[in-house]
Order: sequence, then structure tokens, then C-alpha cells
Amino acid sequence: MRIEIESARLIDPSANLDRVGNLYLADGRIAGVGEAPAGFVAERRIDGRGLVAAPGLIDLCARMREPGTDGALRVEMRAALAGGVTGVVCPPDTDPPLDEPGLVRMLRQRSREAAGARLYPLGALTANLKGEALAQMCTLAEVGCVAFAQTGALPNHRATLLSALRYARTFDLPVWLRPVDASLAAGGVAGEGAIAGRLGLPSVPAVAETVALHTIFELQRATGQRPVRIHLCRVSTAAGVDLVRAARRQGLPVTADVAILNVHGVDADIGQFDSNWRLDPPLRSERDRAAIRAALVDGTIDAICSDHAPIALEDKLLPFGEAGVGASGLETLLPLLLGWAQSEKVPLLRALATLTRGPAGVLAEDTGTLLVGRKADVVLFDPLETWAVNAETLLSSGKNSPYLGRELTGRVRTTIVGGEIRFDRVPGAGVPA
Amino acid sequence: MPDPVLNPQLNADGELHHLLSLDGLPRGIIERILSTADSFISVGSREVKSVPLLRGRSVFNLFFENSTRTRTTFEIAAKRLSADVFNLNIAASSAAKGESLLDTINNLTAMQADLFVVRHSQGGAPHLIASHVAPHVHVINAGDGRHAHPTQGLLDIYTIRHYKRDFGALSVAVVGDILHSRVARSDLHALRALGVPDVRAVGPLTLLPDGLETLGVRVFTSLQDGIRDADVVIMLRLQSERMDGALLPSASEYFRKYGLTPEALRAAKPDCIVMHPGPMNRGVEIDSRVADGAHSVILPQVTFGIAVRMAVLSIAASSARFR
Repeated sequence: MRIEIESARLIDPSANLDRVGNLYLADGRIAGVGEAPAGFVAERRIDGRGLVAAPGLIDLCARMREPGTDGALRVEMRAALAGGVTGVVCPPDTDPPLDEPGLVRMLRQRSREAAGARLYPLGALTANLKGEALAQMCTLAEVGCVAFAQTGALPNHRATLLSALRYARTFDLPVWLRPVDASLAAGGVAGEGAIAGRLGLPSVPAVAETVALHTIFELQRATGQRPVRIHLCRVSTAAGVDLVRAARRQGLPVTADVAILNVHGVDADIGQFDSNWRLDPPLRSERDRAAIRAALVDGTIDAICSDHAPIALEDKLLPFGEAGVGASGLETLLPLLLGWAQSEKVPLLRALATLTRGPAGVLAEDTGTLLVGRKADVVLFDPLETWAVNAETLLSSGKNSPYLGRELTGRVRTTIVGGEIRFDRVPGAGVPA
Repeated sequence: MPDPVLNPQLNADGELHHLLSLDGLPRGIIERILSTADSFISVGSREVKSVPLLRGRSVFNLFFENSTRTRTTFEIAAKRLSADVFNLNIAASSAAKGESLLDTINNLTAMQADLFVVRHSQGGAPHLIASHVAPHVHVINAGDGRHAHPTQGLLDIYTIRHYKRDFGALSVAVVGDILHSRVARSDLHALRALGVPDVRAVGPLTLLPDGLETLGVRVFTSLQDGIRDADVVIMLRLQSERMDGALLPSASEYFRKYGLTPEALRAAKPDCIVMHPGPMNRGVEIDSRVADGAHSVILPQVTFGIAVRMAVLSIAASSARFR
């Protein structure tokens, strides 16, 4: 379909573009920015006045709960599209974990049927994610896994971890790790500091992250002259950010992301044991948050992810330490990003890079851009529309948002994947030409 | 109007509706509890040991974690107020059958409960219950995780007030496993709320939580320095599972460094009082000669505890039914 988006504010961090103009899509690709390609006749016109048109968002961590819950992927893909997300990375911590090619094939098949965002499955780094034996990385890569991840803390058995990194390096497969030392983090449910001390909550110290980062970088160096590529998932501390910055300066092939709630929240938000703030990584101090925000602006951190984790209500209606871990996040990702940009006076062009160009770079994908000829993955949103976050407005099965009952500003109108309108909040708003 | 999120224990008129924590509880309410407790002290020594304040009201003791001592004192307090008291040992019943915490609460509310006295191993469990019960039901925290044990904190300051009177000139040292102690947290909040100028926490670095300084507490790792010229020394119980593991090497070494002996106590003021929430580990955190000695007010603490719990139950139960 040939689509013309008229008079939108076009923002494309990959091209340093921020101006009002028209966007032309044809044959699943970006056909023109500003100027119509020769002979372009739109089949559908979308009035973009007052709206922002940007590359579709790429979320480096969203749990779709499949395998595990049949039908979940379809629901969560709707939530992704409603959040303007056109590419989702699914971590392998499914039930069972993504360590078998058959599971990955099934997931991709269901994703095609769901017609949602593009799916980027991560394969398990180790069999059953146990950290004891290597998963069949090459076989999993052949069926579509884009990288290999250990989703929990680092495996205690460091020799296996080193071996997994060397094996991945052999075939130039990227590895995604969470910088968490298992024994230092054990039992912790809140970030270390005065709030955890006051609430008497067992805490996860910052050294659980820094010790893990030192370990990761040393093992990475031990994989050879051209070390394995490593992506660090959800860095959460100021000290951790400093270590990532230093490693990058030394030339280690490292990328990193943070969870949007660590960009926004601090430990004091836990208030009176609000279990919707029971997260992993936990909320940390103002100082940590400031370091994360600075690292997003200076490029030390490449991307922000939603860390989407839909959890049933009954698993959240528990005392803080026993409550399910994580938050529903796909649909609040963009408004929270806009909120950060506004409160910290970060130009929208820079802020949106963390959800477009940044994560595309981590994935080495040619999306996350409005460059002519690239895939037509586009989000159209109203940066000023305010909406109430509640169980009805969230399309995800997970109603476990810490922003439940609050109002957020910034709402997706239309989400286009591969030139196809897959989500339209006001059906028919884009009128046939 | 008090913010129900920041202070979920007060009703719209600023009255005590639930007692969940002493953190943020207004000084006026604390003082009212203490003065109400004064009026109940004599009840225990009368021939007829009850007053009819809670006649016809049902108090449910919900203990998700075992505690004979605290449960018994709440039971005595409720009975002296003429309430109907029901003791539920949840660990042995519904929790074992997989019933959720809130289902249990809903069932008991349907049985016409008026007050829940809750002990739970997880911090925040009483807050969760309080935010889901019917508006006329009151929740009293009898100890949640490491977080709070507000009635113990209140009875501790009641005891201090009984012996020392002027909070404005006191030095109080809390000694031992502060990290895991809900009693310590409640004591520190209460002491600060009442304007005690010198509050100290004493223990090895492995047993001290983060952020004590934000509570206005001075931290000491030496027992001698920590109790020097103190008016009050509060010793904390060392749980047996902490005595020989990653946090401490042995009970005997702990006693040598932090056990309160008559010799160590010489550093404190000559008229200092020694307190302990009980049950005591004699020869671990406290020497028997101190526990049974002239400075000890450990048994009066228990007596005062009943009057303080009567005060808390009666004040909470009398707050407006609808918030």
C-alpha cells in the first residue's frame, strides 16, 4: 500500500532530522521524506498535523509469555503496536526456555500469524538457562535467534560462562548478559540504600552489578584478540555506568541498555510497599538515576527497553518481597520517554534515538530509521495527548503498571510495520485517498 | 487532610485507624497512646482485670509467623478490653492449603472481624491487608519482616518515659542486630519522634543497615564507645540462625565483643536502664548478671506492653468507622 503522512513533525535520529513535512511509504519501504517520489499516488492519506512521525520503536526486552501461555503472544503484540513498538526482542526466559529450535520456529510462526511487531527472539545461552551446559547456538541462530542470552544472574560456574562466550565468538554470535552477581544479589528485593534500610527490605547492593561487570569484561577479553560482542541488559547503578563507559573507551565491543523504569523511578517510589514497583533490577537512588540519564545522553548507554513483564493480578497482590517481579511496560514506554525528555530538557531527537537508532545498532538491524529505501516501520503519535493508565486502557494482559491510576502524556495514533497499518487508535482516521 | 498513601494508618480526621509503623506517625498520636496506656496500668492489678471498651468487638490474632509471647500479650490486652479474641495460627491452616493472604482476610472479615492483629514474615504485609479490608476494620501490625514492630517500639518508649521522663535530654543506645530487627527500626522512629537528641546504633558492620544516618542516628561499631554515658541501653535479640554463618563467626565471639556484661555497662551512666524486647539469649547478647541486675527493666517492659497494646487497640477501634 502507498501511504502518505501529511504535515507531521518528522523526527529521525539516524538522519538528524527534525522538521515538519510529508512522509511517503510504498511497497513496504520508506519511499520519500519531505518530497514525494516521482509518480507517487497515495492510496491512503493520514493527516499528520500536530503529530510526530518517527521510526517505529524497537524494544530490546519484552516478555510475550510464549511459550508458556497459549495465545499470549497475540495479546502482547497488540500491546506492542499500541505502544508504537514495531520491533520486540523476546528474552528466552519463557516456559520452557527458548533453547530448542522447535520452540523458536513455533514462536516465529505464531508471530507471523499475530501480525504484530517484528519479533527478534533471543536464544538461551545455556541449556534450560541453567548455566551448566551450552545451548545449541548455531542451530538456534539458523532458525532466527538474533543473539544468545543468560537472563538471570551470571552463572556461578564461570568456566561454563567463559566457554559459552568463546563458543559464541567462534561463530560471531552476540551474547546478551545481565550484570548481576548471583550470590551478592541473593535474596534482595530492593536497591541498597536508606529506603531499603528503612523498610527493612533485603537489598541488592551496587557491588552485585559492578563485580559482575568486572567479571564479564575480563571473560570477554579472554575470548581473544577480537573479543565476543556483548550486550549488557539493564544496567542500573552509577558505578556500573562508569565501568561500561571505561570498557567502551578501551575498545571492548560492548553495548548496553537500561529499563525505562530505572530512567524514571527511584527507590523512594516504593512508598508503602507498592508491589507494582517490585522490579529487577530494583529501583535505585537519585544518584544512580542521574548517572543513567547522563549516560543515555552521552551515548554510553545505547538503548532503553520496556522490560515488559505482564503479571497476573493475584501474583502482585502479595507482600512486596513475595510479589511477582516486573512491570507491564510496552504501552507506557513512549510516554515515559517523552516525560524524561521534557523534564530533563533532552531534545526529542536525542531521546528518541534510545528507542530507534540505538537499539537498531545493538541488533545490527537496518530498521529504526526513516532513510529512503529502508523498511517502512513508522510510529505516529500525539506528543501532547494525555491519557489515563488503567486496566481498560492497557491492552496487555499485564495490568501491573506502577502508573496505574495516573495520567501520562503522549499517545500512539498509528503504528505501521513494513508499510502496513497494523494499529490505528482511531480506525479510519487515515482516509483512503 | 493526611495523605492516605503516605500515611495509610490515619483516617481523614488524622486519627489512628490502623497501626502499621511508627515511621511518620505524628507525635501527638504517640503521646496519646502513652497517656492512654497510663490509665490502663492499674487495670492489671485490680481484682476485676477488665474494662468494657471493646465489648462485642472481635479481635483476630493472625499470626503468619510463630510468636507465643507477642500473641499472648495481644490476647491479654484484648481480653482486658472485653473483646472476643480469636487466635489463628495461619501457618498451619489456610496458607498451607494455598489460600492467598487476601482470601484469608476476606473470609475472616465475613466472620465479622473488627480488628486484625497481624504478624507476618514479609515487610509490608499489614499494609497490604490494611489497603484491602472493609472501611470499618482496623489492622494492627504485630511485627512484619524486618520492617516494623510498632507496639514494641511504643512499649519501649513507654518504659523509657516511666523511668526517665524527659526525652529532651536523653542518650539512648540500641545494640546488636539492627539490620534484621523490626524492633530497632520502630524504636529509632519513636525516639526521633519524641525528640530524643542522642540516638545511637551499635553493632558490627555486618548487622547495620544502610541509611541509619538519615534517621538521625549515630553509628558505633564499638560497644564501649556506643554506650558511653548512655541513659538507656536497648539490647536486641540475636537470632540463632545469625550466630554462626556469613554475618558472625560464633555466639561466643559476639558475646565477647557486644555482649552486655556488668563490666561493659560501667561505660554507661550510673543510673542507666537496660531493656530487651525478649526472648533473651543469656550469654549471647546479654549477661545474666545484667539481665537480672539492678539496671534491668526487662520485666516491667512486659507489664507495660499489655497496657500499651490495650491503648493501641482501644484508640484504633474508636476511630471513625468510615475514612
